[in-house]
Amino acid sequence: MNAYIPVLLFVVIAVAFPLVTFVFAWLVRAGRYDPIKVEPYECGNPITSEAHDYRFSVRYYLIAVLFVVFDVETVFLFPWAVMFRKLALFGFVEMLVFIGILVVGYVYAWRRGALQWV
Amino acid sequence: MPAPLMTYLVIPLVKIVVILAVVILLAAYMSYFERKVLAYMQIRIGPNRVGPRGWLQPIADALKLLVKEDIVPSRAEKLVYFLGPVLVVVPALLVFSVIPFGPAFKVAGHVVTPYLTDVNIGILFILAVSSIGVYGVILGGWASNNKYSMMGGLRSAAQLVSYEVPMGLSVVTVLLMANSLSLVKIVEAQQRSGVWYVFPGFIAFFIYFVCGVAETNRNPFDLPEAESELVAGFHTEYSGMKFAFYFLAEYANMVVISSIATVLFLGGWLPPFPNALAALWASPALAWIPPVAWFVLKMAAFLFVYIWFRGTFPRYRFDQLMALGWKVFIPVSLVNLMAVGLGVLLIGGPR
Repeated sequence: MNAYIPVLLFVVIAVAFPLVTFVFAWLVRAGRYDPIKVEPYECGNPITSEAHDYRFSVRYYLIAVLFVVFDVETVFLFPWAVMFRKLALFGFVEMLVFIGILVVGYVYAWRRGALQWV
Repeated sequence: MPAPLMTYLVIPLVKIVVILAVVILLAAYMSYFERKVLAYMQIRIGPNRVGPRGWLQPIADALKLLVKEDIVPSRAEKLVYFLGPVLVVVPALLVFSVIPFGPAFKVAGHVVTPYLTDVNIGILFILAVSSIGVYGVILGGWASNNKYSMMGGLRSAAQLVSYEVPMGLSVVTVLLMANSLSLVKIVEAQQRSGVWYVFPGFIAFFIYFVCGVAETNRNPFDLPEAESELVAGFHTEYSGMKFAFYFLAEYANMVVISSIATVLFLGGWLPPFPNALAALWASPALAWIPPVAWFVLKMAAFLFVYIWFRGTFPRYRFDQLMALGWKVFIPVSLVNLMAVGLGVLLIGGPR
């Protein structure tokens, strides 16, 4: 675990770096309040609605779900790849089966149009 | 001074300061390099006013951003709006803690390692940490409470997660050959086998780099920032130092992707054909080149390719982008993974 001590130190310094810079910028920067300036940018038109009420495509959720499935699969591949030479043929065939099952789901998602954006 | 204090505090602190200074300067000068190269590609001169040949341009830009007014939109979620740039820049810098810039060497009897630390799950650490950056992008876009930012943030998040899968799969292809997650061990494995992994894994290399371009939101995959439709996307409302950190993170991430591509596929600090041409590299004419120089050279080449892409390719449409990631890269990288696995199994692969 000793290898992680420098990483921990790095986390502290990396977080401190933007915070310290913000404080410093707060001390030296210009600033004059104006109610028009703090309006959200909308090409100069008056704001008609909140962006948070704005509805976006359900496909974003779909992509998120697909990502979780495939990313978990990738995580499964990491330990397998590290032990690959020891597992040899057994590991290879087993992974073929695993990816085969996944491909069935992938083809299903494709055929149902889950990967189609428009 | 007691020895543990030296090993666990002083030496890492010195290394962290050096790494941070170099990365931040490199990211700043990347903007100058980009403007200059793009300018020459378009038969212009580029920045040439601040300092000789415009060398001080990034410093002037940084000073300008530091003293610029910091406008927080009145409808924004204040805390999340503030967290956005921090969440983007911290992971971008943190990745450099495990990247090996050169091999361990001896100075006056002490072993010096030109990297902060070598954790045994290095590449997993990098993938885990660099994905945190997505939060900064999507939270920043959402917290701005601006329609353009929201669209840009959503698009960016969808793009980042889509390209993470083929990227992970092409990294696994390297692990099949190296059988280790430690970045130092991956380079050493390439030294043992005498072949850079770009040769047996050129498809994985290609997919890795293209996904890397998409992950950093660069041309031709810069849809989240599409100026013509989304007015800079997720950072429309950001100004001053907060904008500077988004900018810094983007360029630092380019350096990250280039460094990882160098380590995984181009043999890190190794010269070309380290074993076959060993006599040549050891000859007095070339032996003075330090290993770190090879690393920097390869990384700079990748950074140049980034700019070259920007000067060459038109932007993708969003549906084309998603189709490329999900319908082309994932199947191709899966097939390539099993093909490389079969190769390692049958001929023992690069040892």
